[in-house]
Amino acid sequence: MIAYIIRRALYAIPILLGVNILTFVLFFVVNSPDDMARMNLGMKRVTPEAIENWKAERGYDKPLLFNQSSQGIEQLTDTIFFQKSLKLFQFDFGSSDSDRDIGYDISQRMWPSLAIAIPVLLVGLLVNITYALLIAFFRATYIDIWSVVLCVVMMSISGLFYIIGGQYLVSKLLHLVPISGYDTGLSAIKFLILPVIIGVIGGIGSGTRWYRTLFLEEINRDYVRTARAKGLSEVVVLFRHVLKNAMIPILTGVVVVLPLLFMGSLITESFFGIPGLGSYTIDAISRQDFAIVRAMVFLGSVLYIIGLLLTDISYTLVDPRVRLS
Amino acid sequence: MIGELVILWTDALVFILVLFSIFFGVYAAGKEHLRGPWRLVVRSRVGVSTLVILSFYVIVGLLDSVHFYPLLPGKDQAGQQTQSAEVISLFDQLVTPLRERQEKTYSAPLATHLYAKENIELPSGEVVRDYPRLAFGGAHLENPELEWSKDILRLSAIGVLKGFLVSVVITNILIALLAARWRGSFGDAAKLLLTGNTAVPWRVVLITLCLLILTLFWAIELSSSYHILGTDKVGEDVFYQALKSIRTGLLIGTLTTLVMLPAAILLGIMAGYFRGWVDDLIQYTYTTLNSIPGVLLIAAAILMLQIYMSNHPDEFNSLVERADLRLLFLCIILGVTSWTGLCRLLRGEAMKLREADYVQAAVAFGVGHFTIIVRHILPNVLHIVLITVVLDFSGLVLAEAVLSYVNIGVDPTMNSWGNMINSARMEMAREPVVWWSLLASMIFMFVLVLSANLFSDVVRDAFDPRLRNSR
Repeated sequence: MIAYIIRRALYAIPILLGVNILTFVLFFVVNSPDDMARMNLGMKRVTPEAIENWKAERGYDKPLLFNQSSQGIEQLTDTIFFQKSLKLFQFDFGSSDSDRDIGYDISQRMWPSLAIAIPVLLVGLLVNITYALLIAFFRATYIDIWSVVLCVVMMSISGLFYIIGGQYLVSKLLHLVPISGYDTGLSAIKFLILPVIIGVIGGIGSGTRWYRTLFLEEINRDYVRTARAKGLSEVVVLFRHVLKNAMIPILTGVVVVLPLLFMGSLITESFFGIPGLGSYTIDAISRQDFAIVRAMVFLGSVLYIIGLLLTDISYTLVDPRVRLS
Repeated sequence: MIGELVILWTDALVFILVLFSIFFGVYAAGKEHLRGPWRLVVRSRVGVSTLVILSFYVIVGLLDSVHFYPLLPGKDQAGQQTQSAEVISLFDQLVTPLRERQEKTYSAPLATHLYAKENIELPSGEVVRDYPRLAFGGAHLENPELEWSKDILRLSAIGVLKGFLVSVVITNILIALLAARWRGSFGDAAKLLLTGNTAVPWRVVLITLCLLILTLFWAIELSSSYHILGTDKVGEDVFYQALKSIRTGLLIGTLTTLVMLPAAILLGIMAGYFRGWVDDLIQYTYTTLNSIPGVLLIAAAILMLQIYMSNHPDEFNSLVERADLRLLFLCIILGVTSWTGLCRLLRGEAMKLREADYVQAAVAFGVGHFTIIVRHILPNVLHIVLITVVLDFSGLVLAEAVLSYVNIGVDPTMNSWGNMINSARMEMAREPVVWWSLLASMIFMFVLVLSANLFSDVVRDAFDPRLRNSR
C-alpha cells in the first residue's frame, strides 16, 4: 500500500513539472516581461528606463533560461525560469506585482474560502443524497418524473442568477443578512449563511440527478433483488444496501474535490465580498497581477493532483476489488 | 441594402460547422445504426419540442452570422453608392428599427417615460423636473397615462391575431405536406395529426411552433412602438441585445467543441489503440492540462491575449473584428480546457474496440493501422462524440456568462448574456431597481439551456442503450 502511494506520488512530479513549464511559457515566453511592464505602467509613453526599473524591482530582468554573465551553476539558477517558476515547487510564491508576500496572503485567505466551501459541500451532500434517495424510493412515479424535471430546470438556471436573486431577495428586500462583507470569528456566520444556502441550492439540480442515476443503477442489481426476496422492506434495502454501495462512487467523487476546496469559489466570494482565495484570484485577474495568477495556477494544479491521489487511495480502501497495480 | 460582404473568422467557422452537420446528416441517413437513434429522438415529444425551440435560436444565430457593410441610401460624387463604415449582420438589417431606436438612458419595459428625472423645458420657457417622454417608446401616444393600457392591449391583440393567422397557415401547410407524403386525403391527415396518432409527434411540433410564432408576433407588434424589455444605460433596446446575444451563446457552445474535436478524437483513439508509449504520452498531456484549474488557464490565456492586442492595435481593422477574434480565442482556450474528458472516454472505448473480433480479424488480414482506425474504430465511437458535443453545449453557454462576469469572457463590446448580466449587476443597487436587463438575459439563456439540456437527455438516451435500459 505504502509503495503504491509513493509510486503514485512520484508520478505527480512530471505532471507538476509540465504545469510549471506550461505556465512559464504562457507568462514569460508568449509575452515578454517587457510587455508585462508596459501593461502595468500604462500603455503609452513609457520610457525604456521605467520598464527596466520595473523589471529589476521584481527580478524580471534576468535572462529566461540561461544566464551567460554568471559563473558555474549560477548560469542556470540566476534565471527567470529558476527563480520564478521552479521556486514554486518549494511553495515559495515570491511577492506579487504590488509587493505583497503571496505565500502569506494565501495562508490568510484560505480560511474564509474553507468556511464557505466546507459547509456547502457537507450540507449539499446531505440535501442531494436525501432528495435522490427520496426520488429512488418513489421511482417511476409522478414524483420521480417531476423531480427530474425540477432538477433539469434548476440546472438550467445560471449560477449568477441564484446569487443575484438570493442577494436581492434576502438581503435587499427582507434585510435578513448583510449583502456582503466578512468578519472574523463567530460573527462571520451572518455573512456566511446566505452564500452557503445559495451554494447548496445551486448544486441541487446536477447533484441530485447524478446521485439518482447512481442509486437507480444499483437498484437494478442482483443483490438488491436478493435483499428484497429475503423480505427486507424497501426502506431497509435502500439504506442498507443501495446507499451503502452507491457510497463508493459518491465518496470518491467527493474526495477528488476536497483539496480544491482551498481554492474557494471565484464567483460566490467576489459577489459576497468574502476575502478568500477565490476573490483573491479574481482581483489578481482584474488587476492583471501575473505573479498571483501564476501562483494560483500552480497551487490549483498541486491540489488537483493531490485530489487524484486521494481518489486512488480511497478507491483501494473502500473497494477491496481494486487491485494495487 | 447589402454592400460588401465581410467574413469574420467565427462566421467562416459557423458555416464550416453547418456544412459539416449537413455532411454528417447525409452520412448518417445511409447508416441504420446512426439513423435508428435519431428516429428515437424525433419520436420523443420532448425531443421534437426542444428541437423546434433550438432551431429558432439557430436561425437567429445564423442570420446574425452573415456580416456586411450596408449601403447608405445616398450616392457620392462619382455616382457610386456609399458604404457604411460599420459592419452589420443580416439579422441587424431585419430588425433595423430595434437597432436604431436609441433612447437616452434606462427605461422600463413598455415604458413611455425615461427612468430618471430630468430638467425639461416646457414650451412656455418654464423648466420643470420630471420624467421625460421617450423618443420612441410610445411616442405616438398623445396622453400616455390614459391611452397606454388601451394601446398595449390593442397592439397585443393585433400581434396575437397575426400570429394566429400565420399559425393556421403553417398548420395547413404541414397537414397538406403530410397528406402528400402519406398519400392520404387532407382530412385523414388532419385527423391523425390533431388526435396525436402519428409516429413523429407532429401535434407537439405544431403546438410548440404555434406558441413560438404567437409570442414572436406579439413581441414584434409591441416592439414596433415600444421597448418591450426596456432599454439599458445608453438607451439601447434590451430585447435587441438579448437577441443579438444568441449568436454569441451558440458560438461558444458549438465552436468550442468543434475546435477541440479533432484533437480529442485523434489523440483519444490513438492512445487507446496503440497503447504503450503513445498512450503514456497522451495520458501525460491531458492529465497535465486537466490539472490546471480551467478558469485560471482561461484567465491566463485571455490576459496574454489582451496584452497582445494592446501591443498590436493596428492588426485589427475594426472593433467587430477584434471582438470576433477574442471570441474565437476564447472558444479555442475553452476547447483546450475541455477536450480531456472526451479524450479519456474515447481512449477507453478504443481500448475496448481494439480487442473486438472484427478488429483482430482486420489486423490478421494485414490491414494498416490507419485504415483500421478510420474504418472500424472511428465509426464505432461516433455516438460518444455526438453525445459529448450535445451534453457539453449547455454547460458552455452557462460558462460564458460566468467568464464574462470575471471579465475574461467575450469582448466587452460584444453582445452576450454574460455582458448583459455583468452590466446589470451594478444596477441592482439602484432605487428603484433596474431589473429588466438581468431578467431578459436570464430568460433567453434559461430557455436555450433548458432546451439544450432536455434535448441532450433525449439524444443520450437514444444513442446509449445501456442507460436507456436502466431507466
